[in-house]
Amino acid sequence: MRALVIAEHDNRHLKPATLAAAEAARQLGGGVDILVAGARCAAVAEAAAAIPGVETVLLADDAVFEQALAEPLADLIAGLAGGYDALLAAATAAGKNVMPRVAALLDVQQVSDIVAVVSPDTFVRPIYAGNALATVRSADAKKVITVRTTAFEAAAGSGAAAVKPVAAVADAGLSQFLERRVTESVRPELTSARVIVAGGRGIGSDGAFALVSQLADILGGAVGASRAAVDAGFIPNDAQVGQTGKIVAPDLYIAVGISGAIQHLAGMKDSKVIVAINKDGEAPIFQVADYGLVADVFEAVPALIDCLNR
Amino acid sequence: MKVLVAVKRVVDYNVKIRIKPDGSGVDTANLKMSMNPFDEIAVEEAVRWKEKGHAAEVVLIGIGPQAAQDTLRTGLAMGADRAVLVKTETETEPLAVAKLIAAVAKTEKPDVILLGKQAIDDDSNQTGQMLAALLGLPQGTFISAAKPDEAGRITVIREIDGGLETLSLATPCVLTTDLRLNEPRYASLPNIMKAKKKPLDVTTPADLGVDVAPRLALLKVAEPPTRKAGVIVGSVAELVDKLKNEAKVL
Ligand SMILES: Cc1cc2nc3c(=O)[nH]c(=O)nc-3n(C[C@H](O)[C@H](O)[C@H](O)COP(=O)(O)OP(=O)(O)OC[C@H]3O[C@@H](n4cnc5c(N)ncnc54)[C@H](O)[C@@H]3O)c2cc1C
Ligand SMILES: Nc1ncnc2c1ncn2[C@@H]1O[C@H](COP(=O)(O)O)[C@@H](O)[C@H]1O
Repeated sequence: MRALVIAEHDNRHLKPATLAAAEAARQLGGGVDILVAGARCAAVAEAAAAIPGVETVLLADDAVFEQALAEPLADLIAGLAGGYDALLAAATAAGKNVMPRVAALLDVQQVSDIVAVVSPDTFVRPIYAGNALATVRSADAKKVITVRTTAFEAAAGSGAAAVKPVAAVADAGLSQFLERRVTESVRPELTSARVIVAGGRGIGSDGAFALVSQLADILGGAVGASRAAVDAGFIPNDAQVGQTGKIVAPDLYIAVGISGAIQHLAGMKDSKVIVAINKDGEAPIFQVADYGLVADVFEAVPALIDCLNR
Repeated sequence: MKVLVAVKRVVDYNVKIRIKPDGSGVDTANLKMSMNPFDEIAVEEAVRWKEKGHAAEVVLIGIGPQAAQDTLRTGLAMGADRAVLVKTETETEPLAVAKLIAAVAKTEKPDVILLGKQAIDDDSNQTGQMLAALLGLPQGTFISAAKPDEAGRITVIREIDGGLETLSLATPCVLTTDLRLNEPRYASLPNIMKAKKKPLDVTTPADLGVDVAPRLALLKVAEPPTRKAGVIVGSVAELVDKLKNEAKVL
């Protein structure tokens, strides 16, 4: 059983989500290699070589992989699949984009978003917005898997894998990259933050959303949001937490003006401690909150900021 | 331009599902069923392209039991022209669905195939990407904007983890919708009546020559661990005290 993990990166830094995929790969019980496909991404390969348990880093360094377009990347991964029994990536936007394409090229039914490895062919994954956990056994000879990052803790330690260059693939030129607008933030990344303060429709306006950010900053946390807050334009799309947004599990999640729809809960109910601030005592968010405060956002949040500043 | 749109019939997003007591699956009997919300967005987009003159014809495809016809009729009432139902009595996995859509696409020859990014029952987020691979087409997943141009390409904006990405895709291509692409319309009563007369063809996996045997065996379905509701605190000061001294997270 050999597994190949697909590294996620921006050509300079390895994304922490990769470590969760590597840990799931390690739990399959065989050798683990990692693929770094990008352009001028030697620094990423170096970081990947230090992941504990990784034997070889395959480095595909070529302009064709610079923007991680799904078409050439899937061709590359499918081409390397011969030497592996399992291919894994984090269930992030990038992993979700490319892995099913790889699976179809290999005629494999992918197992999405696993939260546990039961055995090398059997996995647990959430369905229906996390309202049920399905245990599935794959009959495919090769496994293609995406990994829920909050469910696999990165192994401790440091490795020293060898780096081996692999050849690029030809670009069919089907899709062309035009631009990427990345939300610039000095705050920690949502999916790896220890504290998250998330705002919902109850905040009322993008001006008022500054209260949420202020609270997050005092706590050194990240800012999250419900779909309603993103749809209303209070905050960019990449802050959405939930079934169809990001899955998070910080030590502390503070939900402010969020009602607690199942689609939102799906993304945050594995947080260690949940605090809810909502003026409606009947809001479903209180059913999952360890600490609830029935109060108006505009009184409670400034008071909280005040109290923490003291 | 011809647009093919995939629509799945799923348990309505507002319904809380029940797990069968023997753990063999999810009990969907007698639950309210609806069009997968991401597919409503896909149908809406295609119909808008038709209204703007970008698209000449909008064809729907659904894979499922006889009752999936109702979902297709909903899409026809939103403004699609005709529909194809691939009738199956068992659950079809994303790879099988992608193969069925690919088979239909070979005869329909659409310029764009629109799907939802994710079915809210299986939460797989696979079918569109798989379909693109099977047909050797470019893919634009999780899109929040799409603009066809004169040169026969489509510019899409994709929702990615760090923000937004813009791609230009050659056609034919496969697109999957994200929540912010548009706000789907409600079908009007006259349109619902009209939709009853629109053509709806029925075919089967056997007719299309596609093997839909599942690759994944469902061994067990279980309740997720539930959280206990905690306490309601009386004040901000009490909250801070509890977070510091009880939960020890501050
Ligand atoms: C296909 C699909 C996918 C979805 N995916 C997601 C997802 O990934 N993530 C997600 O979050 N949602 C998702 N949703 C949407 C979800 O169903 C809810 O609509 C959404 O989570 C509601 O957001 P909200 O709690 O901010 O707004 P609301 O439900 O409107 O709640 C606002 C809350 O604020 C409170 N409030 C109002 N004013 C104040 C005040 N002054 N002080 C204190 N409290 C106040 C109210 O009491 C209320 O409880 C999805 C929906 C669909 C159909
Ligand atoms: N049985 C089906 N019938 C029609 N379309 C489907 C079916 N299953 C999946 N799809 C399409 O594929 C998208 C993604 O589904 P999934 O990969 O299952 O999450 C859905 O939003 C639909 O557009």
